[in-house]
Amino acid sequence: MNAELFERYGLRMLDGLVVTVELVVISVTLGALLALPIALARTSPSRLLRGVSFAYVGFFRGTPMLAQLFLVYYGSGQFRGALESVGLWWLFRDAFFCCIFTFTLNTAAYQSEILRGAMASVPRGQSEAAWALGLRGAVVLFRVILPQALIVALRPLGNEVILMIKGSAVASIVTVYDIMGVADLAFARSFNLSVYLWAAVLYLVLVETLSRVWAVFERRLGAHLAVSAARS
Amino acid sequence: MGETLGLLGFGPDGWGDELAAGAWLTLRLALATLPFGLTIGFLAALGRNSGSRWLRVPGSIFTTLFRGLPELLTLLIVYYGGQMLLSRVFGLFGEGQVEVSAFVAGMVALGLVFAAYASEVFLGAFRAISRGQYEAARALGLGRFSTMRLVIFPQLIRLALPGLANLWLVLLKDTSLVSVIALNDLLRQTSVAVRGTKEPFLFYLVACLIYLFLSAVSSVGVEGIERWANRGMRRS
Amino acid sequence: MRIVKAMVGAALVLAASAGFAGAKDWTTVRIGIEAAYPPFNGYNANNELVGFDYDIGLALCAKMGVECSFVAQDWDGMIPALLAGKYDAIVSSMSITDERKEVVDFTDKYYTNALTFVAPKDTGITDVSPAGMAGKILGAQGSTVSAQYLEEQYGDADVKLYPTQDDAYLDLAAGRLDAVLADVGPSNLWLAGADGACCAFLGEAVVKDDLVGIAIRKEDGDLKAMFNKAITDIVADGTYKTINDKYFPFSIY
Repeated sequence: MNAELFERYGLRMLDGLVVTVELVVISVTLGALLALPIALARTSPSRLLRGVSFAYVGFFRGTPMLAQLFLVYYGSGQFRGALESVGLWWLFRDAFFCCIFTFTLNTAAYQSEILRGAMASVPRGQSEAAWALGLRGAVVLFRVILPQALIVALRPLGNEVILMIKGSAVASIVTVYDIMGVADLAFARSFNLSVYLWAAVLYLVLVETLSRVWAVFERRLGAHLAVSAARS
Repeated sequence: MGETLGLLGFGPDGWGDELAAGAWLTLRLALATLPFGLTIGFLAALGRNSGSRWLRVPGSIFTTLFRGLPELLTLLIVYYGGQMLLSRVFGLFGEGQVEVSAFVAGMVALGLVFAAYASEVFLGAFRAISRGQYEAARALGLGRFSTMRLVIFPQLIRLALPGLANLWLVLLKDTSLVSVIALNDLLRQTSVAVRGTKEPFLFYLVACLIYLFLSAVSSVGVEGIERWANRGMRRS
Repeated sequence: MRIVKAMVGAALVLAASAGFAGAKDWTTVRIGIEAAYPPFNGYNANNELVGFDYDIGLALCAKMGVECSFVAQDWDGMIPALLAGKYDAIVSSMSITDERKEVVDFTDKYYTNALTFVAPKDTGITDVSPAGMAGKILGAQGSTVSAQYLEEQYGDADVKLYPTQDDAYLDLAAGRLDAVLADVGPSNLWLAGADGACCAFLGEAVVKDDLVGIAIRKEDGDLKAMFNKAITDIVADGTYKTINDKYFPFSIY
């Protein structure tokens, strides 16, 4: 281990870890909020809503996130005047925000597909029974369908978070100092490959921690189901 | 509008030929990665499925590692690390000059990532094949290798195909990362065009649409292959 | 550090043994060049290499009596590719720094560079000292002396590093950066063009004595000596001045 290099970049690498976590937590959360309306639009009776949401999901799932990021980051630079006139330039000026913006739109597309699949897996009888009980619209969705769908969606959602942790490394290409960004910086100064190995360890710790925590989470939720299943 | 189309045209004034060359390299890289990734992935799955700990543990480590690392990081480690390692190894034999081309580095890195995910798919397929199949094959007097080739493998392919098709789409998109190691793929050629024209929005949008087109064509192809693999299966 | 020294040492031993086995006689030299840094290096409209570095490289090779080939390489991977043997020398406006000297060797300088800030014409910044730049967003190309200087001296500013010089200028023009620190030559060229119309030099050069040399692998002492002699020769016989005057109205030696 190169002590001098570690002294200079070790702490910054931990700052990078914080930035990576921020990028992932913020965009996955915002993406989850967007995912529900998109998933509903995909199954909506309106042809327009179905068409628009289909195109949205297709675009973000069918193109590389790096290309999407360049489109947002360098593209917004081109529309500075227009963005300034609507008072949004200060947001797009910031590379961190451009990353959050792109990652959110990207993960929303994937999460909406997960959600749509999970909702489809809830037996029709459930909503029919809810209707028969006189429950309506939002109540059926939030009290009957979603709770059951989310348990099915839990595992693919966990995988999506892991994919976002890894995918967020592209933020380094547009000057954000996440784990990868700090590693690039340190490598550029030292030409010492070990900085990339430190970064690798941090990412692995992050991913492994998440999948362990997620597994516990899944077991807890699954446990309650198992009990209720036994009771019935 | 005419001017914009001119920028996308072919010939000396347009960037169409540059983008086409980039897209062609993207496709070539993905196609070259596929056999490499499939082979390693299959071997890793065999290892993880084997009775020997000495094969299971390395298989698991391999999968955990390359599924946990960002693709971008794997790519840089292979590109820089591979170059340093090889020039040291070849230095031993008196060959001073070794070059890891960006294409090979990209192929290896993307192939390792592909393999890690593919081994999961293969493993799932292995486990979906019932023990009875092996026992029946043995009862017919087939050896281990013949069992694998004639009985297990054909079923494995059918079971694994949807998962692998999905990985191909992921691979196609991951190739965009090689633009950071100076390989003139679609995304990098687009960046070159952006520097020349100062039209980032137009060109990155066009690049996205080309990726979308490649994905869409792949999806159609995959459906065809799936139909072929499922031929003879009873429709339920 | 110790491990690195041991590794470098091991690499040197290996390389030295390779040297004995292969016994280079330098009839051909491969030169690494970024080809994205006008006016020092870049491509012309016909996709041919041009620039001050390229001309100097050609002149040095002619003087040494060796055949030269040029290899284009992204800036980030410039030194790693030299160490890996992709080429034998870097003639690509690379400043001689202590950090780089830990991994590669440099010839004598072949030009002197200055680092100057560039900022939008309507900038409010008047003081380019670290204190005056505190809290500002400053950009530079990564792995350059400018990047190193910003990182070390301008710790209170928000420093952004870009893969190419062009990307930094692009973000300066887009208004994402308050100022860019860069070599004076390329900035001069950019400011003269349409894209640089937004901006101007800001204040005096912050570094005036940045020496630019040719990077060589440490084990290739013989090649370094050949380059050094050739540099002295082209300066003495006027070849250098001819190339200099083709690009700059003043001497940059």
